[in-house]
Amino acid sequence: MQKMRVRNHQVVLNRSVGGDAGIFTFLIIMGAFMFLPMLYVVMQSFKPLDELWMFPPRFYVVNPTVDNYVDLFTLLSDSWVPFSRYIFNTVLITFAGTFGNLLFASLAAYAISKIPFPGRGGVFWLIQRSLMFTATVTAIANFLTLSKLGLMDNPLAVIIPTWGSSMGLYLMKQFMDSSVSDSVLESARLDGCSEFKTFWVIAMPMVKPAWLTLIIYSFQGLWNMGASPYIYSEQFKTLNYAISQITAGGIARAGASAAGTVLMMLVPILVFVISQSNIIETMASSGMKD
Amino acid sequence: MEERNELLDSNEAAEAVADSQASENEAVAENLHDSIDGTVVPEAEDVPKPRAKKEKKRAVARKDMTMAQWTWHEMKRHKIAYLMILPFMLVFILFTVFPVALSLVLSFTNFNMLSMDWDMFIGIQNYTRLFFEDDIFLLACKNTLVFAVITGPVSYVLSFLVAWFINELSPRLRSIVTLIFYAPSISGAVYLIWGVLFSNDSYGWVNGILLDFGLIDAPILWFYDEKYAMTLCIIVALWMSLGTAFLSFIAGLQTIDKSLFEAAAVDGIKNRWQELWYITLPMMRPQLMFGAVMSITGAFSFGGVVTALCGFPSVNYSCHTIMHCLEDYGNQRWEVGYASAIAFVLFLIMIGANTLVNRMLSKVGQ
Repeated sequence: MQKMRVRNHQVVLNRSVGGDAGIFTFLIIMGAFMFLPMLYVVMQSFKPLDELWMFPPRFYVVNPTVDNYVDLFTLLSDSWVPFSRYIFNTVLITFAGTFGNLLFASLAAYAISKIPFPGRGGVFWLIQRSLMFTATVTAIANFLTLSKLGLMDNPLAVIIPTWGSSMGLYLMKQFMDSSVSDSVLESARLDGCSEFKTFWVIAMPMVKPAWLTLIIYSFQGLWNMGASPYIYSEQFKTLNYAISQITAGGIARAGASAAGTVLMMLVPILVFVISQSNIIETMASSGMKD
Repeated sequence: MEERNELLDSNEAAEAVADSQASENEAVAENLHDSIDGTVVPEAEDVPKPRAKKEKKRAVARKDMTMAQWTWHEMKRHKIAYLMILPFMLVFILFTVFPVALSLVLSFTNFNMLSMDWDMFIGIQNYTRLFFEDDIFLLACKNTLVFAVITGPVSYVLSFLVAWFINELSPRLRSIVTLIFYAPSISGAVYLIWGVLFSNDSYGWVNGILLDFGLIDAPILWFYDEKYAMTLCIIVALWMSLGTAFLSFIAGLQTIDKSLFEAAAVDGIKNRWQELWYITLPMMRPQLMFGAVMSITGAFSFGGVVTALCGFPSVNYSCHTIMHCLEDYGNQRWEVGYASAIAFVLFLIMIGANTLVNRMLSKVGQ
């Protein structure tokens, strides 16, 4: 019998002190590499002008000020298109895109996961393959398609393609496979539930973590979307685009652009913090079988 | 199919009621459905037969039908499923499947959006031009491969190691550490801070420190210097790369049955590395495959960040990737035919790399 260690009153198997120390060091170094740049943005956003441009540069802020945030809002309210319009565009695109994706993907995920229709293997094969390449490959062809459909310079050009995004569908289908039991659905069907009602009343409440995850994925993508090649009118541009224009304003706007970055990153981070346990639960079934 | 066949054979009583017009008779159809899934196996006598009287019964079994008939029968029975996947598939095919096919077709033409001239099919000229004449494309191919070969595996291993290491922390601490590692990948334009840290004047943090310590005499141009640009971009890519794969690993590790490790300790597993190789990795294979897809796809699609940090095109094309070629010909010169050829090559590379790696991973722990 080998040596055993006790940690928190529990026997710990196969763990050496040296190994624990090594892992701890690794995590600290990697954690610093990940965290310090994030912290630096926050520091920058609170630095007064003289601290932003001092030599040698200092990491932390000594006299924090909210001037940069005030600057940011002044700059944004001076823009040609009212600031509220950018917010409206981002909110519209985010909500419409996410909602459509959720509705379409969950319907399809249910059918693929729970109804043995001929061809579902092929459909799922296609969807798995689509995870293997990015939107860059399809961008040029989509440009042609969207202009043929007359959707150029229309928020729909951004919204509609997200309805067919396969990531959320994939996660939801895998989650349904593992956490919605067929026998529950069977008994619902025997009781005379239509397939749509079974989906909506029985299956959907059981996969709450999966649709929260889908919402967050869709949300993150759309929220962080900057300039789209399909949209050129200023009144349809997004918040992220407006803020990136301030960054492009050069060194005089370093503070305001840091403030904008902080505000933009706060939203997805908060959303993740709130929903982390649901996402992790969904991801448990994300695995691919060959 | 064989499995179904068997199930049907074993339930001939239930089968007998299933009519060829089963799709019209819901109750009977459900009954057949049950027997196929093998979850509920009702006796024929118990089955409600609301309209059974007015229909002449004819036994229909899988073995009485040809493959095509059976498929058609199944399709009719599950027609609701097609309705359910229809909205998604319409959008998915239009914006994901069709574009790949369209790229392939256009790549054999010399379609140009500006002049709108169609000599149409020019055969494989675009491809010969790509691989034999376009030096910048070949350089971009090399850069993309260097980039992907470093970023993909390193980010993959890093995601796994961090997930594995934090697996033993208390849940509260684990969720904080998860946030710290995951945050850069979801925070949008935050990566621009690397441009500030490594800015090319003496106010950039790194230059400032180096100048202050007297290690350099003049500020280094970092992202605008061939010597450093690629390395720095790889570092930024790694910084942002602990994304979906990372979360999938964390979740997968939590689902492994703890008693396996106890059993393994009794069986003579001596340290955590043996635990990793003999238990954790084999148990994690599905997540490992999914994570690989995420890492590879991410590693090949890292164009926007390079553009934002190094400019477009980057100095001496030192960070020019296939994505930049695509942008160049597709969105600036509007040579759609040629750009489509580039897009299709990129598509093949991504699918090829994913297939290859998944083949390799399916052997882990076997």
